[in-house]
Amino acid sequence: MKQTFAWFRPAGRMGLATIGGVVFGIVVCGTSRAVAQKNDAAARMKSTYAALAQAPEKAREKKNPFEGDAQAVAAGGKLFEQHCADCHGRKAGGARKGPSLLREEVQQAKPGTLLWILTNGVVRRGMPVWSKLPEPERWQIVTFLQSLNSQ
Amino acid sequence: MVARVFPTSIPRKSTALIALIFSLLSYHSSLAQESPYIVTYNHYLEEPGSLEVEYFSTFGTQRGGNDFHAFWAEFEYGATAWWTTELYLDGQTTFHDSTVFTGFRVENRFRLLQREHLVNPVLYIEYEQISGADKILKEVEGHDVESDFADSNSALRKEHQHELELKLLLSSTFKGWNVAVNPIATKNLSPSEPWEFAYATGVSRPLALKASPNRCNFCLENFVAGVEMYGGLGDTQSAGLHDTSHYLAPVVAWNLPSDWTVRLSSGFGLNDNSHRLLLRWGISRELSGFGEMVGRLFGGRP
Repeated sequence: MKQTFAWFRPAGRMGLATIGGVVFGIVVCGTSRAVAQKNDAAARMKSTYAALAQAPEKAREKKNPFEGDAQAVAAGGKLFEQHCADCHGRKAGGARKGPSLLREEVQQAKPGTLLWILTNGVVRRGMPVWSKLPEPERWQIVTFLQSLNSQ
Repeated sequence: MVARVFPTSIPRKSTALIALIFSLLSYHSSLAQESPYIVTYNHYLEEPGSLEVEYFSTFGTQRGGNDFHAFWAEFEYGATAWWTTELYLDGQTTFHDSTVFTGFRVENRFRLLQREHLVNPVLYIEYEQISGADKILKEVEGHDVESDFADSNSALRKEHQHELELKLLLSSTFKGWNVAVNPIATKNLSPSEPWEFAYATGVSRPLALKASPNRCNFCLENFVAGVEMYGGLGDTQSAGLHDTSHYLAPVVAWNLPSDWTVRLSSGFGLNDNSHRLLLRWGISRELSGFGEMVGRLFGGRP
């Protein structure tokens, strides 16, 4: 099951660990630089908003169980700050990584559409899936987002 | 005129290093909703540009030898929304023996489908360069059994594992429940070694599905509990469950609003080939936007 290699010395292992670390560092630096340089904000936003139109009819028609619930707005605001604000900005007005959620495309979208986007992400454009948050928590975020429309 | 003491490149490098250290110390992190699994993987990847720094410990009992405390650090980086890359550094202390560095692992996970489905597959590829003294038991494979770890560190370190590990991470989340199943195949890159097989599987659920409106440390929504089971399935020369070890481990994660996650697991050996107890704990912190920060320090767009 295991094989003994006489040549495998601690110094060699440290060297290989260093190489592993350097490779990891190159990936971190390389991808972050590539992402920083290639982020064409306008094209990115357009694609992200276009993803709203891809929500299936069945998903769009889902009703928000927390509609008009002030507690859900508060809870959704807390969740937004914890999970979304880094990319979309603390006031949801957009940041370098994520588009504004105050724009008409988002604010006029049906709650079911927003839940679908949260659940499925826009993986190709950098938005991860958020189905790891339970569905009630995703609805709370949707409730919070739609409350911004009236502020 | 004052003579220049240092070449210009040294202060620049020092400034960049100091800036990096200060940036990390004062870094804004974001609350992660981490799964409680320590061995099993679900299909959720690291958020793009985020670095999760993790430390884990495993205390293991050892019949016919000395108990041990194995530990590892993980640096998990979300390269994109569909690709996460990770570096592990492993070590262990065997009581009444010694403390040794046991090797490193580089791992990549690739999300195969763009959207959520009933079952979500993720491809996992790992290269590991570890010694036989590695006891973190992050995977239990092939015919791995407790007696493999009974020798002294000096003897175990002579063994060398130079392996490629492949996993298919299958995971599904429904009504708050996550079910994850990981079939595993491992090949020691020495030609004479067989493929080894293993499994890891887990079920978990947050203790509350709705968030409370206020920030709180002890809200039920901050806790995710579950159970995982893992073990070996033999190898291509001798498939089956004989001479394999298996574990059942209740697990819990506590996602703190202060951006830290704490995980606990007590794994119980299910047969005579298994360690009786593998007590594990881990602590992690996610640094969101880490990639952008590094990119800016090294000349990326501000």
